[in-house]
This record gives sequence, structure tokens and C-alpha cells, in this order.
Amino acid sequence: MSASNGDYFLPDPSPWPLVASVGLFTLAGGFVMLVNEVNMAPWVMLAGGLIIAFMMFGWFGIVVLESEAGKYNAHVDVSFRMGMLWFIFSEVMFFGGFFGALFYLRNLSIPWLAETDILWMGYEGGWPTAGPMGAELIAADTPISSPSQFSTIGAWGIPVWNTLILLSSSVTVTIAHWELKKNNRLGLIVWLAITVLLGFLFLYLQGFEYAHAYADLGLTLGTGVYGATFFMLTGFHGFHVTIGAIILLVILIRCIRGHFKPDHHFGFEAAAWYWHFVDTVWVGLFIFVYVV
Amino acid sequence: MSAAHTEAHDHHDHRPSGIMRWLTTTNHKDIGTMYLIFSLTMFFVGGIMALAIRAELFQPGLQVVNPELFNSLTTLHALIMIFGAIMPGFVGFANWLIPMMIGAPDMALPRMNNWSFWILPFAFALLLGSLFTVGGGPASGWTLYAPLSVQGGAGVDMTILSIHMMGISSVLGAINIIVTIMNMRAPGMNLMKMPLFVWTWLITAFLLIAAMPVLAGAVTMLLTDRHFGTAFFDPAGGGDPVLFQHIFWFFGHPEVYILILPAFGIISQIVPTFSRKPLFGYDSMVFATAGIAFLSFIVWAHHMFTVGMPLAGELFFMYATMLIAVPTGVKVFNWVATMWRGSITLETPMLFALAVVFLFTIGGLSGLMLAIVPADFQYHDTYFVVAHFHYVLFSGSIMAMMGATYYWLPKWTGRMYSEGLGKTHFWLTTIFFNVTFFPQHFLGLAGMPRRIPDYSVQFTEFNIISSIGAFGLGLAQLLFVYIIIQAVRGKNEKATAQVWEGADGLEWTVDSPPPYHTFETPPTVK
Repeated sequence: MSASNGDYFLPDPSPWPLVASVGLFTLAGGFVMLVNEVNMAPWVMLAGGLIIAFMMFGWFGIVVLESEAGKYNAHVDVSFRMGMLWFIFSEVMFFGGFFGALFYLRNLSIPWLAETDILWMGYEGGWPTAGPMGAELIAADTPISSPSQFSTIGAWGIPVWNTLILLSSSVTVTIAHWELKKNNRLGLIVWLAITVLLGFLFLYLQGFEYAHAYADLGLTLGTGVYGATFFMLTGFHGFHVTIGAIILLVILIRCIRGHFKPDHHFGFEAAAWYWHFVDTVWVGLFIFVYVV
Repeated sequence: MSAAHTEAHDHHDHRPSGIMRWLTTTNHKDIGTMYLIFSLTMFFVGGIMALAIRAELFQPGLQVVNPELFNSLTTLHALIMIFGAIMPGFVGFANWLIPMMIGAPDMALPRMNNWSFWILPFAFALLLGSLFTVGGGPASGWTLYAPLSVQGGAGVDMTILSIHMMGISSVLGAINIIVTIMNMRAPGMNLMKMPLFVWTWLITAFLLIAAMPVLAGAVTMLLTDRHFGTAFFDPAGGGDPVLFQHIFWFFGHPEVYILILPAFGIISQIVPTFSRKPLFGYDSMVFATAGIAFLSFIVWAHHMFTVGMPLAGELFFMYATMLIAVPTGVKVFNWVATMWRGSITLETPMLFALAVVFLFTIGGLSGLMLAIVPADFQYHDTYFVVAHFHYVLFSGSIMAMMGATYYWLPKWTGRMYSEGLGKTHFWLTTIFFNVTFFPQHFLGLAGMPRRIPDYSVQFTEFNIISSIGAFGLGLAQLLFVYIIIQAVRGKNEKATAQVWEGADGLEWTVDSPPPYHTFETPPTVK
């Protein structure tokens, strides 16, 4: 077998990348159908999602088996570390695009529109805004009669609690890492479980906040650029927290099954790095979306 | 690296036969080959669209395609050539060459390498499928400017999703290349000993990881504006269509260096070989490449001088853009200085390299003209811009890849190509390229707008010349395919391991063709 060429592990041919492509294509095609109101769209998307889930079990399963079989030496480990760091960098740039849109709209284009009457007569500008007439900020329980009537979510309610929850979870995942390095399995499992719980608690509170925004505050995805930037930034962040929490959950299950060694646990560290990344993005969101 | 040693390892290769070999492969050479074949295929698909455009523009009036289809053809021609032909082409060269050049057994993450490739055929099936939807393909130009791209039917959604897939492919491929270069070099192969092709790809891969996610964000905003009620690009909700242009070009300008830096690397390999001299100013080449990459992130708004930016913005982006001429000039100077007093022979790869140095410089100089704000107000969205970017992309990127194909084909196939046919292909390509695109400078300066299927009668003569050139250019590429097939089928004379007398580098120390796994035991580099 070409299982181990020289000192660097080279995998045998694998069907999983192709399965992944088929799944991605099916999911993307289903999504196009969904937004164009084709009846069978949910079923196509479901099929795509199932293919991708099947691929993940297959592909990641092989990786876990290879890792536990000791095929990944220090040289391979460095490749994984670099790969993960550059992947996180690509995610940073993705969020950078949305932050850039927020800064541009808020600090440049809306003031420009308001400054002159050449482009739009009587444009009021300001922030938050849902359009030419600005926002009519209303109290939480007022009936909403126009799209420009909405209120924003204060920073010092749920958002500040969510900030504390995510920051704490970054601390707990680090403590879990220390316990793993000390080979204290019980400590590892307890602290990691706490991290996962904090992650899902964050998601629950975020969902609660979204429901509140839609039901009571008149704040939706369609509430002008304020609603668009608010929901797209926090929504993509929430999506990444969901992924991160699922990853940590899988890592927790692996820890319970006895995977990872004090000196060989890249999978754990990659999950922790990802978790620190979503945490850092949240701090940026808290400052620029909620506080400022 | 002795031949006997590498052959001994060949017996270890277990790989499925037939189609399954290609579907499941984790080998950098197999994956590189698939990338290159895919690139060539897309080159012809995009080329046929270009010929439909030139057929329509052969004379004034509307005769061949309707305006809606014309708009789709210009849009798809660009998307296919950029994302389907040039980028996968360079990734194909990277796959084949980087492990061999740095003395690695394979790419660092071989399964992910396979996935990077196999996303592409599906992504392009989605993109090309858009032509068959109600409402047709995307018709906004490849730049997908809002609000044009907020209109349109399911074809635009398919384009957006296919761009997401291409982005995943590119980012994964780029991560693999960076990790391979940083972690898989043979002992002694320190960074400043790497062949320049490896250096340019290292920096290109960084640009890809930094730029592609921003494009993903831009098209995501487009998608939510289209279907989920957001108002990013709609002033009625406080948005701004110019926001799209800023985000798009923040991706778009690094993108154009993604399309040209590997070509610079290729020229920096070919010119020293046929000048029989080491590359002049290796260190300055590396720093110039890094300098171009840095500048690529602070010049994006020169694509949108006419949208009504503050004067300070126009001046900043103008001067920053002109700065790019400095590192680019360093490169051109170094290539010429490498040839200076060299013992030059003009085999086909060298002919292509010389043409690239000369013709790319023309494209670079017209780029400088476009960088001047008041002049750009005149040139913006005219055929002058079309001429400019075809001089950098066709006679830069594409012709560099053709030269590279002739240069490394004997190494890959173990057979020489036909030198006479190669030279014929070179001259046909170079002459018809100039016949096609040089007159477009004049058309643009005279005010002919781009992306319009009809034109005023005074533009007729130059358009006729341009269309004749385009068909010649297209036909000449059939010869290219014939030459490649001839070499692959093994009809020509055998190639030696060295292939070229003046060639230097690890890839020339292994057999032609190289064994399936090249450096299982890393070579030591002095």
C-alpha cells in the first residue's frame, strides 16, 4: 500500500471528495430551486444535505481511524495545523466583507446621500435607518404600521450576556485543553462539556433575541440596511457558532471514547481554534453592531 | 535521484484502473492532468462564446445573436475564461510542478486536492446550465453589478451558487499549495532557493485565500437582495449599488494578480533556461512579487473612477495604481537583463516567453493610461479597456501557459512535441492575437462602448479586422490540441530527463515521464 511513503502519510485513492462534490452540487441546485419557488426544492436540498452528511461520516471517519492508528506523524500534523489556520483566515476575510459593507454604508454612503439633494431629494440618513426617511424608533410594544418603524436591540440586555457566555466558553475550552495535556480525562470531558453547553446556550439566547426582534421590535431582514447588516452579520456568526458547537460536540464524544493523547490531539486543537475565532468575531460584532 | 531507485517504488502503487482512477485519485500528477484538461476544455467553451460575440460584431446591426444572448455571452465568456480556463490552468501547473520543484512526495493534503478539482466540473455545469433556464444566463457582465444582477431569473441564482462553489474550490486549492510549499520542502530547499514559479504561486495562493471569501460575501449579499428582502444595494432601504462595486473590486483587483503572478513565475523559469544564464535579480523578483501582491489590496477603486468618488479617493487610487508599475517594471527589467549576453536559442517555449514579455508590457502600459483619472473618464467602459485586459490576460496569462505547456510537456509525457508545429502555432497565435486586439485600442479611443451588440458605422473596418483575427486565433488553437495529443500518444522522439540543455531545477533530475510518486525519499538540496 502507499499508506506511508517515506515519513509523510499519503492517503490511498478516496471516493469521498467526489461524494462531497455531488452533495454540494445537489444542495446548491436545490437552493436555486427553493428561491425560484420550484415545488420539489426542499426534497432536493434534503437529498444534498443527506449526501453531505453521509460524506462527513465517511471522510471524517477515515481521518479519525487513521489518526488513532498513529499514521499522522509530526510532519503531517504541521500540514493540518497550517491548513486550519489558513482556513480560519479565509473565514476572517468572509466576515471582513460584511463588516466592510457595514462601515461603508454607515459612515460613507448614507451620509453622502443625506448631504446632497442631487441623488435623492429629502434623504434623511442617520443610523439606524431603513430608508430615505430614516428610522422611526418605537417602543417595544407599539403596533408597527410602516417598514421604517422599528426598534433596535440594546447592547446591555441579552447581547452582553451572550458576550460573557462566549468569552467564558473560550476560557473553559482552554482549561479543557490544559486538562488534556495533563492527561486528566475527567477534567477534559467536564470542561469540554461545559463549553458545548455554553455554545448551545448562546445559540438559544440568540434565537430568542431573533424571535423578539421579528415579533415585537419590527426588526427583520427587510428593515433596510440596518436590518440587512444586523441579521447577516449576526446570522452568519450564529451559523458559525452552530458549526463550532457541533464540532466541539463531536470532539467531546471522541474524548469520551478515549481519543486524543496529551501530545497528539490536533483535532481537539483545531476545534478550539475555530471556537476562539467565532468568539473573536462576536467581540467585533458586539462592539460595532450593538454598542457603537 | 537514480532511475532504478524510483522504479523500485513504483511497485507500491495501488490505484484503481479506468475512470475510477481519475474520480478517486489522490496523486498530484493525476489531479494536475485533470486540471489542465479541464482548463483546455473551458478555454474552448469560452472561446466559442468569444467567436459568437465577434461574429455578431463583424458588422453593424443585429444579425447573429439577440441582445439578451449577447449579454449572456459576454458575461459567461469572462466567467469561464477567468474561473474555468486561467485559474484551473495555473492550479494544474502548480499541482504537477510544485511537489517536483521542491522535492516533495506529493501535495500536503492529497484528498482535499482531489476535492478542489472535482468541485469544478459541477460548478461549471451549474453555471452553463443557466443558459437553459427561463430568462437565460446571467447578463450583467462578469462583474455582476447591482442593480443589473438583482434583476434576471434563475440563471443569475445559478451563477451566484456556482461562484460559491468555485470559491470553495479555489480556497481549498490555495490552502493546499501554501501548506505544501511551507511544510513539504526537501532538506536544504530554503525559501530563497525555491524556483520563482513556486514563489509566485505561494503569493498567489495567499491572494486567493484573502480575496475569494470577499467575493463570496458580495454574491451572498446579491442573493439576499434578490430573494430575502435585504437592501444592501438598494437606496430605497438605505443601501448603495456602488457598495457592490467596492466589495467586488476589493476581490477583483487581487484576482487579476491571481491571474498573472503564476505567469510571471513561468516566464522566470523559461527565460533563464533558453538564455543559459541564471535568472537576473532573483531576490528582487521575489520582493517585486510580494510588492505587487501588497499593492493589489489598495488599488481596487481604479475600476470605478466614474462612479462619483471624492477627489481624495480618486487621487489616492490613481497614485497607488501607478506605483504598481515599479515592481512590474523590476520584473520586466530582470527578464531582459537575464537575456542580456545570454546564449539564446528560440525554441517554442522561449518564443512564447518573449512574446509575453513584449505583449504583456503593452498591456501594462495601457493599464498605466487607464490609471490616470481624467483619461479614464474617457476610456471607461470602451473597447480600450477590452484591448488592455486581453493584452494582459491573453498575451500574459494564456500565452504564458502555452509556453509552459511546451516547456514541461516533454517532462510530463516523456516525448518531445513537434518543434515545427509548435513554432507554427506560436506565430499563428501571436499574429492573430494582435490582429484581433490591437485594433480594439483604436475603437476604444474613438469611443466604441464595450458589451453592446451593435455599433455606429464608423467603427466597421476595425471591427471586421478584429473579427477576422478572432476566428484565426480560434482555429490556430486546434493545432495546439493536435500537438499535445501527438506528444501524449508517444509518436515523437523520446525526451531525456534533462530535456532542455539550460534547464535547472529538481524536476529535471527525474525521468521523463517522472515516476507516479516522485520524491518518496526527499533529495538534498545544496
